[in-house]
Amino acid sequence: MKILVCISKTPETTAKIAFKDGNTAYDENGVQFIMNPYDEWYALVRAVELKEANGGSVTAINVGPAANDVVIRKALAIGADDAIRVDADPQSAMFVAKQIAAQAQGYDLILTGKETIDYNGSSVGAMVAELLDLPYISYGTNLVIAGTTATITRDIEGGEEISEAGLPLVISAAKGMAEQKIPNMRGIMMAKRKPLNVVPAVAADDLAVATSFSLPSGKSEVKMIDPDNMDELVRLLQEEAKVL
Amino acid sequence: MVLIYTEAQNGQFKKASLEAITYGHKTAQAMGTQCAAVVIGNADNPASLGQYGASEVITINNPNLGHFDSQTFASAIAQVAQSKNAQVVILPHNSSGKSLAGRLGIKLNAGVVSAANTLPTVEGGSFKVKKNVFAGKAIAEYEIKSAVKILTLSGNSVQPETGGSEATISSMDVDVPASKVTIKETKLQQGDTAPLPEAELVVSAGRGMKGPENWGIIEDLAKAIGATTACSRPVSDIGWRPHHEHVGQTGVAIKPNLYIAAGISGAIQHLAGVNSSKCIVVINKDPEAPFFKAADYGVCADLFEVVPKLTEAIKKAKA
Ligand SMILES: Cc1cc2nc3c(=O)[nH]c(=O)nc-3n(C[C@H](O)[C@H](O)[C@H](O)COP(=O)(O)OP(=O)(O)OC[C@H]3O[C@@H](n4cnc5c(N)ncnc54)[C@H](O)[C@@H]3O)c2cc1C
Ligand SMILES: Nc1ncnc2c1ncn2[C@@H]1O[C@H](COP(=O)(O)O)[C@@H](O)[C@H]1O
Repeated sequence: MKILVCISKTPETTAKIAFKDGNTAYDENGVQFIMNPYDEWYALVRAVELKEANGGSVTAINVGPAANDVVIRKALAIGADDAIRVDADPQSAMFVAKQIAAQAQGYDLILTGKETIDYNGSSVGAMVAELLDLPYISYGTNLVIAGTTATITRDIEGGEEISEAGLPLVISAAKGMAEQKIPNMRGIMMAKRKPLNVVPAVAADDLAVATSFSLPSGKSEVKMIDPDNMDELVRLLQEEAKVL
Repeated sequence: MVLIYTEAQNGQFKKASLEAITYGHKTAQAMGTQCAAVVIGNADNPASLGQYGASEVITINNPNLGHFDSQTFASAIAQVAQSKNAQVVILPHNSSGKSLAGRLGIKLNAGVVSAANTLPTVEGGSFKVKKNVFAGKAIAEYEIKSAVKILTLSGNSVQPETGGSEATISSMDVDVPASKVTIKETKLQQGDTAPLPEAELVVSAGRGMKGPENWGIIEDLAKAIGATTACSRPVSDIGWRPHHEHVGQTGVAIKPNLYIAAGISGAIQHLAGVNSSKCIVVINKDPEAPFFKAADYGVCADLFEVVPKLTEAIKKAKA
């Protein structure tokens, strides 16, 4: 079974958020980048587990500049066999999806994370599936493959759904699909020798792009309430905040 | 034409769909056009969507659309969008809306902005809309340059508004292939509270609870106001609470009207998922807990004493 895992790079979760060039671009200065947690902890780890159980291979793909190689090497250290980096500086989900689709022929399973934690789009997986005319199941929390059939549990509003589909297909991974795995020394050493193929981007338009950024207006000072006067808190919630 | 994808559960339109119609109606007004809703499968009284601003409701009944599958549903919606010449397609930002939006983007060669949370600004040929990025730590304005635009609407960003009239109803035939996905089982939580992503009132607790056996006081408080319960990540990681309750940057992101947090420190990754809440109440015994900085109201005390008192005060106020 050939598995393709889409990995993206995001600022570390505690990174400061600032903008430059007149608030038109994210200021990456001094920011630590990590592999998007959903891609790493769930999609990639489950892909490696499936390969270990059923044979086959895991390829990690990223659309991004050379600076992303660090994150790609981590995917190789966790257990991907090889990697593809589409050399580009992506500005939109559509652009990314078209690059991935162009490289995704011949895979039985394509995994993405449920969303990137920076732009929170949650759209690349569906776009890739549409470009390849494949089924797409989002927010998978459990994935079992038997022969050429995938059984997926996925989160829906207020519960979960178990569905079945034949390979090939695209699945986005959410919490529960696997457990985070820390790469060991051997994995890190081996990653250095695994192939990381850099390929040029195919032509694709950006149809929706972020043109300016702002920071949310600051919260006003917290109002502290006497713990012995919960009636006062209830009154404020009803009359001042008007939420009860 | 602005086209809205709506969903019903047990015949009733979901709140997210009504929000999308109100939002779509206002968007259509700004563009000087009309708003139409598409309903796939069964829903009671589709004409009632006119109340929320839809001037037309298009119903689709097709045996290949018996269960939700983004592939077949996107095909049906794209056919409606094309035949109605839709300039904007709006979907709720929920599990189905998100998976449809990307597919429709490809089918209609349309730019997609997901989780929009303000009305778009339409000026001349330009179409811009805002959304939260970096888990609510910033706001980005997107410009959509394609002829057709696709938006998913973040929940609880607009309230459904009534006041319109009845909508005209027409049914439309679409040509869709059989679904390649079979649904084996659907498990919905029992109980009468809203699922977390849609909840307007949320009571949440963290490691300060000491153990799962103590959650009774949280459930009592939630019950007293009709809230949905949530938790911090370590609490779901160690199995004190089910994982679907985990809110934060790596869990569910929510924006209820009221978020009450007890025994949660307020780590940045937790705040990322809840700081869009309209009103935040923090109960923590540590005056230095970072969560107080993000709160509207704070109670610095032992939660085991304060939470039951708050529940009593609410019951008293409601009685
Ligand atoms: C990449 C990454 C992603 C993460 N994603 C998330 C996420 O999505 N969601 C999330 O929640 N966390 C997330 N975390 C974890 C986060 O950093 C914190 O560790 C976590 O939120 C802490 O949970 P807590 O507040 O329940 O526990 P603690 O930090 O242990 O806080 C417990 C609090 O309870 C208070 N307390 C104790 N006893 C009492 C009492 N009797 N009465 C009143 N107060 C009391 C304490 O003063 C303390 O403030 C993430 C971390 C990383 C590294
Ligand atoms: N630049 C990228 N390169 C490779 N995969 C990506 C990239 N951006 C997003 N993805 C994948 O698409 C998923 C959803 O991303 P998004 O639609 O941006 O929320 C991520 O979890 C990744 O698996």
